[in-house]
Amino acid sequence: MASKPSASKLSGVLAGAKADGRAALIGYLPAGFPTVEGGIRAVDALIEGGCDVVEIGLPHSDPVLDGAVIQTADDIALRGGVRIKDVLRTVQEVAAAHPGTAVLVMTYWNPVDRYGVARFAADLAAAGGAGCILPDLPVEESEEWRKAADAHGLDTVFVVAPSSKDARLAEVTAAGSGFVYAAAVMGVTGTRSAVGSLAEDLVARTRATTDLPVCVGLGVSNAEQAAEVARFADGVIVGSAFVKRILEAGEDEAAALDGVRALAGELAAGVRRR
Amino acid sequence: MSEKDYLPGAQVPDARGYFGAYGGRFIPEALVAAVEQVAEEYEKAKADPAFAAELDGLLKDYTGRPSPLTDVHRFSAEAGGARILLKREDLNHTGSHKINNVLGQALLTRRMGKTRIIAETGAGQHGVATATACALFGFDCTIYMGEVDTERQALNVARMRMLGAEVIAVKSGSRTLKDAINEAFRDWVANVDSTHYLFGTVAGPHPFPMMVRDFHRIIGVEARQQVLDRTGRLPDAVVACVGGGSNAMGIFHEFIPDAGVRLIGCEAAGEGADTPKHAATLTKGDPGVLHGSRTYVLQDEDGQTVESHSISAGLDYPGVGPEHAWLKDTGRAEYRPVTDDAAMQALRLLSRTEGIIPAIESAHALAGALDLGRELGPEATILVSLSGRGDKDMHTAAQYFGLYDEPAGDRAEGGK
Repeated sequence: MASKPSASKLSGVLAGAKADGRAALIGYLPAGFPTVEGGIRAVDALIEGGCDVVEIGLPHSDPVLDGAVIQTADDIALRGGVRIKDVLRTVQEVAAAHPGTAVLVMTYWNPVDRYGVARFAADLAAAGGAGCILPDLPVEESEEWRKAADAHGLDTVFVVAPSSKDARLAEVTAAGSGFVYAAAVMGVTGTRSAVGSLAEDLVARTRATTDLPVCVGLGVSNAEQAAEVARFADGVIVGSAFVKRILEAGEDEAAALDGVRALAGELAAGVRRR
Repeated sequence: MSEKDYLPGAQVPDARGYFGAYGGRFIPEALVAAVEQVAEEYEKAKADPAFAAELDGLLKDYTGRPSPLTDVHRFSAEAGGARILLKREDLNHTGSHKINNVLGQALLTRRMGKTRIIAETGAGQHGVATATACALFGFDCTIYMGEVDTERQALNVARMRMLGAEVIAVKSGSRTLKDAINEAFRDWVANVDSTHYLFGTVAGPHPFPMMVRDFHRIIGVEARQQVLDRTGRLPDAVVACVGGGSNAMGIFHEFIPDAGVRLIGCEAAGEGADTPKHAATLTKGDPGVLHGSRTYVLQDEDGQTVESHSISAGLDYPGVGPEHAWLKDTGRAEYRPVTDDAAMQALRLLSRTEGIIPAIESAHALAGALDLGRELGPEATILVSLSGRGDKDMHTAAQYFGLYDEPAGDRAEGGK
């Protein structure tokens, strides 16, 4: 399971960025936020601004790994009535409109479990999705998912944390594919003024266990931080900062989309500065 | 089943923390090292006679164990004459069973070299017990409590603050126990080096369901012997309320191999298990993953947790411990819904027939025992876990029964 064909969509996109001599930019937004259609346009803006990979969040009632910003977005999406089928349609529309972009879903485990593991993998693949990030599904509990993902050619991106010991890192990276998501700090999602030194150390320890690209997320919100992380990581993951731009724009969708596009542009310049 | 799986030496749960199909460890990678540390330290502590000796000493001299067994003759008359015996966990220091687990985990925290404890609380009983142990051991203490619960259990908020704990009112989601747990997990991820999450019920990731059960097993161990000594035989049934299910697991566990003893858990049915406003997770929920383990969950068809409702803050939870899920599926235990109204009537009945004011949580078990007694008849003996005392619930009860002189809801006059 460790060695995905390097032809996977996600691997190809990350390899392309590497060939350009830069880190990849990975942007996150929850589906259905602020509405299903508005959410699709917001993800379009992420890509237009320069994201190489997008993570579509599946809003959840109990987002225990998310800080206040993404909790608020999830809440708005759920109150708006977003369903799993809307998340899959978001993937489908984005993937169809942007064939050069890898589209991932980031979701807590219970919605997938409830939807049906094999059914979710099949429907995500049919929608053009490239894989999944499942932050509360540790490797030990992931066998059923990985079988389903493999059967449908989906990558499974696992998260590693500064608290992960070296032996543990080896187990996690051996199970994953696409890339390894290195959490820059111990904590929940949200923007932070500084990306700690923990990230660089974690990336180095992770690289010692795998040839997969290692991308860093949690806390990155501006071009300077993106450039800093791009020095040592293969990709920079940004979520809350995009959600914030949309929240701050309130009802003004044009301003929200401009904000998302502009931030993606700044970050895309950042990952090229390294 | 399965009963033989519970005989001494049997490995329940298995090494991965599964009780049949339930349990496990669904946690973020950032918490894996900390949860493994808890599991390893707990195994070491179990093998260390000094740990057992210190815990036994605290349970005896600080908590006041063993807790008594009380015959409630006048109350029993309302239950078809069946003999009802109450296991008096309400008489423990801090007023509920929660202290049993808290002292065990506090000792474990000290062994792990951590200096700060966080906990969730619903009714405030686990929060009060945790704040108490933190005062005793000198730990920093932060308690997460849903904003709705800080209002309906204001007395316990004051108790926790008096004991030196910081109480954080959680304003997200349904603003009850579920959301307090979410917020405690967020704190733990960010502060895991210094902090132990002193989980308060038999839910959560492995090893918490097993460990919390083990620390509460003493309830059933004592009660089983007390009933034998008092009546010369085992009870026909053991009844306990179930939210997360810690007092129920504690009193059930020792009786599991006694095939003739029925184990009956009483869930909060709120306004009725067939209305949208209830917390009857085992009766109405479906298997899923919540707060780190696979168990029954009140959820919609997309796997979103549905808000629970109960007059009792301690039972107002859309999940349940995984061992209860397994006991339900194997048929070894039965789970019955008890409405708010039935629980409140039982609360008043015990108060007026026996001079014992129970917690609203425990009153759900009393209501279940009243029904069961009428079903089983006067020859039956029913052991009930009286998991906590009702002082904290006087505001809710006063509003429910109209006990205030001033118009109900005038909290400032609440002491009249």
